[in-house]
Amino acid sequence: MSQTLQGVGAAPGLKLGQAVWWRKEKPVAPSRTITDPKSEIEKLDQAIAQAKEQIEKLREIAAERMGEEEAAVFDAHFAFLDDPAFTGEMKNRIENQKKNAEAVCQDVTEEMGALMASLDDEYMKARADDIRDVGSRLLLILLGKQPFDPSLLTPGSVVIAEELTPSDTAQFPEGVAGMVTAKGSKTAHAAIMARTLGIPAVLGLGSKIEQIKDGDTIVVDGDKGTIQINPDQDVINRVRTQIEQQEKARALALKEAKAEAKTADGKRIQVFANIGSLSDIEIALKNHAEGVGLFRTEFLYLENDHWPTEEEQYQAYAKVLSSFGERPVVIRTLDIGGDKELPYAKLPKEENPFLGHRAIRFCLANPDLFKTQLRALLRASVHGNLWIMFPMIENCSEIRQAKALLNECREELISEGVQVADKIPVGIMVEIPAAAIAADLLAKEVDFMSIGTNDLTQYTLAADRGNEQVAHLYDAAHPAVLRLVKMTCDAAAKANILVGMCGELAGDPSMTELLIGLGLAELSMSASTIPEVKQQVRSTDTAEAKKLAEQAILLEDGDQVRNLAKKG
Amino acid sequence: MSEKTITINNPSGLHARPAALLVKEASNFKSAIKLVKNGKEVDAKSLLGVMSLAAKQNDQITVRAEGEDAEAAVNHIAAFLEQLSEA
Repeated sequence: MSQTLQGVGAAPGLKLGQAVWWRKEKPVAPSRTITDPKSEIEKLDQAIAQAKEQIEKLREIAAERMGEEEAAVFDAHFAFLDDPAFTGEMKNRIENQKKNAEAVCQDVTEEMGALMASLDDEYMKARADDIRDVGSRLLLILLGKQPFDPSLLTPGSVVIAEELTPSDTAQFPEGVAGMVTAKGSKTAHAAIMARTLGIPAVLGLGSKIEQIKDGDTIVVDGDKGTIQINPDQDVINRVRTQIEQQEKARALALKEAKAEAKTADGKRIQVFANIGSLSDIEIALKNHAEGVGLFRTEFLYLENDHWPTEEEQYQAYAKVLSSFGERPVVIRTLDIGGDKELPYAKLPKEENPFLGHRAIRFCLANPDLFKTQLRALLRASVHGNLWIMFPMIENCSEIRQAKALLNECREELISEGVQVADKIPVGIMVEIPAAAIAADLLAKEVDFMSIGTNDLTQYTLAADRGNEQVAHLYDAAHPAVLRLVKMTCDAAAKANILVGMCGELAGDPSMTELLIGLGLAELSMSASTIPEVKQQVRSTDTAEAKKLAEQAILLEDGDQVRNLAKKG
Repeated sequence: MSEKTITINNPSGLHARPAALLVKEASNFKSAIKLVKNGKEVDAKSLLGVMSLAAKQNDQITVRAEGEDAEAAVNHIAAFLEQLSEA
């Protein structure tokens, strides 16, 4: 029987496919006394060999889809399977305690996991998850059960899961039709991944998700946030036609995406891509990004077990800059603190990390670390069109200090005989409400400003987007947020500097006209939405957009704004 | 049995990458090799063991080996630990 469930639309698009449950069951091992340790050890060895095969396959898929760096985690899994403290210890216990392989596998995994988790070291704590992952894989094999194997997913599969981690989505093969989960919100990492991969996603279905069975036909509507289970043939036909039309429109948009985006009345709007790792470069180029509006440098820090060196950073920056040639690449300096943790840095725990020592505050307090990044950026500047952006700015003094350090680095490099580009625009993220309110003061210090709507929204509305209890309050289209956007745009216009937006709001095609009306000249987004946003730009008339924006900021809430924008 | 105590100089301690290298070096010897920190003893040929030491800069580590090439093993591993620098 057909049924419709409402969740949260986390990545746009409409798709039809077959449900495949991505189950993560926690296996339980029975414990018994054995008489033949030798054959028990043999059984364990066979399971280890099988686990290695599975991990090798996973590694291959991950390397192909996400690059070598993401795949490296499986090397650790592989190594654990040969480790004397892990599988070696299991064999000792079979011998000495005369226990069955399943039981010792469970015991050793639990103990080793608990031991790693208890260490006073974030990196080792993270390894506890790896141990448990490998241990449960081994146990499943011993019990004759299979862990979820991503190669079960075929083109047209709709992935159904309790929750998906970024490393799960990393293993999605090409052609996955959709993603449906019980937990998660629009801003969950899985949602961001889905948007990057261009897969429609409906998250947060809760326990209703249990109604879906493997093999059910599922319609995923990422725009409305709904799914339909086993719809009638009529509905299927209608959806198919709709998908075909959308694909045609998308193909047309992609064909036209090559051209610069200009409004109907001829105003140039730059449509840029947000990039969070080197593997995003290709997707951005394919979607004809006119530049990079936000290059997040955190991956360099998060994926390492040490502070990334100047040379390591230089290589990454040079790569992205040369990939985009003359097109601008806005590189944001390190933005850690808050939810992000560096395993090797030992940052003290804070009660309130989002209001704490993070981003530019952390960098200015650690000038040596900051200068390593600035030197790497300046060295890379000769490879393309570099723009440098400082995050979490709230006053003029922070900008001046950051610029002074940048100048210091420039002089050092020049005295060392290193070439540096002459003109490098310097800008700031406007993401603290204070920065938007006082944008006229900050604008005097910089060459450009970029509004980060994700943080600006959570700070303005005092709502944590990751907290399911208050996630409904988090709405970037709230008129209060839009007023701050307008204040920032007005200040930028007065100072005659460029103003852009790099939050998720910028990539919502239904909001494009409104954003242009508020005065934004550059929009930066997940690459897959670029063609559609460019189409929206072309159908926008700036005078009408301005009227729309003036109306919108007088409305009561985000829902009213969205309704108005849709009618547009 | 042969043993030697050294101090870790590496600012980031005995981290994942150096730990993996150390296990590789240790595995070249026939002797059983142990690392001891504050009374906690681990197998130098086990990556998990070495990582679970969570050795930091200025920590004292005793390298202990037993077997036919014990002395060579201790000298080699102790030297390896001492020369570790930002990896």
